[in-house]
Amino acid sequence: MNDTARKVLAPTLFIVAILAFWEWAVWYNELPDFRMASPSDLIPRYIQFWDLFLIKSWETLWRTVVGLALAVVVGTLFGMIMGFSRFAREGLYPILVGFNAIPKATVVPIVALMFVGQHDFNTVLIAFMISFFPIAVSVSIGLSTLEPEYRDILRSLGASQATIFWKIALPKTLPEFFGALKVAVTLAFIGTNLMEIVSPHGRGLGDLFDSGRISADYPLMFAVLFALAALGILLFYVVVFLERIFAGWAERSPV
Amino acid sequence: MQTDPSHYMIELREVTHAYKTKAGPLPVLDNLSLKVPENSFCAVVGPSGCGKSTLTRLVSGLMKPNEGQVWLHNTLVTSPRPTVGMAFQNPVLLEWRTILQNVLLPLEIVKSPMSKAQATERAHHLLDLVGLTGFAEKRPSELSGGMRQRASLCRSIIHKPDVLILDEPFGALDAFTREDLWCTMHDLREQEPFTCMLITHDLRESVFLADQVVVMSGRPAHAQYVLDVDIPGKRTLDDLYAPRSVEMLATLRHQIQVAQGRTAEGDDAPSPPPPPKPARSKPIPGAMQ
Ligand SMILES: Nc1ncnc2c1ncn2[C@@H]1O[C@H](COP(=O)(O)OP(=O)(O)OP(=O)(O)O)[C@@H](O)[C@H]1O
Ligand SMILES: [Mg+2]
Repeated sequence: MNDTARKVLAPTLFIVAILAFWEWAVWYNELPDFRMASPSDLIPRYIQFWDLFLIKSWETLWRTVVGLALAVVVGTLFGMIMGFSRFAREGLYPILVGFNAIPKATVVPIVALMFVGQHDFNTVLIAFMISFFPIAVSVSIGLSTLEPEYRDILRSLGASQATIFWKIALPKTLPEFFGALKVAVTLAFIGTNLMEIVSPHGRGLGDLFDSGRISADYPLMFAVLFALAALGILLFYVVVFLERIFAGWAERSPV
Repeated sequence: MQTDPSHYMIELREVTHAYKTKAGPLPVLDNLSLKVPENSFCAVVGPSGCGKSTLTRLVSGLMKPNEGQVWLHNTLVTSPRPTVGMAFQNPVLLEWRTILQNVLLPLEIVKSPMSKAQATERAHHLLDLVGLTGFAEKRPSELSGGMRQRASLCRSIIHKPDVLILDEPFGALDAFTREDLWCTMHDLREQEPFTCMLITHDLRESVFLADQVVVMSGRPAHAQYVLDVDIPGKRTLDDLYAPRSVEMLATLRHQIQVAQGRTAEGDDAPSPPPPPKPARSKPIPGAMQ
């Protein structure tokens, strides 16, 4: 089997098999809607609410991406500070760890109170808060563990610290950065949904989920879960795609 | 900048250096003095761990000595300078760049009169010289250790440095490629003169390439012995088998043994070869069963 055919065929096959099994299990156990919806129950919901799905998905998507973008900027900045200065690293690290340890579900109501009515801002803020830690850590580790041999190549020619950063340190950290970004994108997505569901404000897929819950439309809730999964996959593979472009050199060809 | 009218290109004056380690200072160089005239070739040999790589880092200005001075081009070395080319013992190439881009890297730092096209042409020319024709667009991960060393050698001379510092650049090469590259070095020096300091553990290499071979003592090291290599005219590999070369090699071998502490110093004559072992006549009991 050739490579591309396998890459398309294998996931399709698995998805179809799982859906078929699910459909069969619901039918065989005669489970009612409110215990477990079957895939065939979902299709009518998508048809009925397709415009809502599109609008809400877009709301969830852009707020996730903005939160993540903020996390990238701030996380990289913190990572650089901690990567270059041992003093800053030792001082900031415990604070970041503590900050990261706070369950974000508890922060949501606080943020919602702090910035009442600023729904987009709140959501972006939670997405940012939950996802910036892995980025900061990976950048700082990448920079602080850069082998001195790499620096010496340019240093021996009298290059400035800034040049060394742009030509060596930054590209060298990219694989670690993208590794963290793959974790961060999922986290940011979780953050957005957390805000939308814990503190409902009528936006995003979380809102659609909430209305499903309120109107006891269980298949709709399941339909939202699938839409979320699809969005999550989309975001993740966008990062993978970017990684290919910017850090493809780190990928070893399979032996 | 302090200046000094000596006509040496590289000069070390009573350099003493120690690394700070957890177990206290580790003295590596002790009162090392060394002079290399302009456009001459100096090979440095010495026991492993005696401080040869440390010496290269001091000459290139990557480190400052605790005591003593390093002079380059009649100015005191206080920081690295772009007129120096350096090939490290561990040939680090940037994995995200092609071999050609790696070789061209110094020109992104150092100002050079070469145009981009000229630089690329020079890079290709150098890659051809070291036997890497056709590898310009490959990634470092696709090259063998010896090939990477050769690419790093090209990188060290791409910007036509006045002073070239090579730390065991041929270490990972097979004997044949190595001898080819020795001849390449001679050709290069003829085309574009430079002052070279070569660290090596191959005595034949040092005699074939250098005008002057410095033997470093064991750690903490000083210049224990300096041999002037007097092979006149253009050298060929056959010169290595001439009686004069054989004699020089024996002297160097002896000096290395002194540096390693295996022979008492002061014993100037090359040590006599060990007596031949008596032929084994009786089979070792049980060896064949
Ligand atoms: N950064 C460092 N910190 C502490 N000690 C070091 C450092 N670099 C080298 N040394 C020590 O200094 C001594 C000399 O090291 P150096 O690398 O100069 O030796 P060398 O002569 O190049 O050896 P080799 O022939 O094996 O390459 C060694 O004993 C080594 O352990
Ligand atoms: Mg060394």
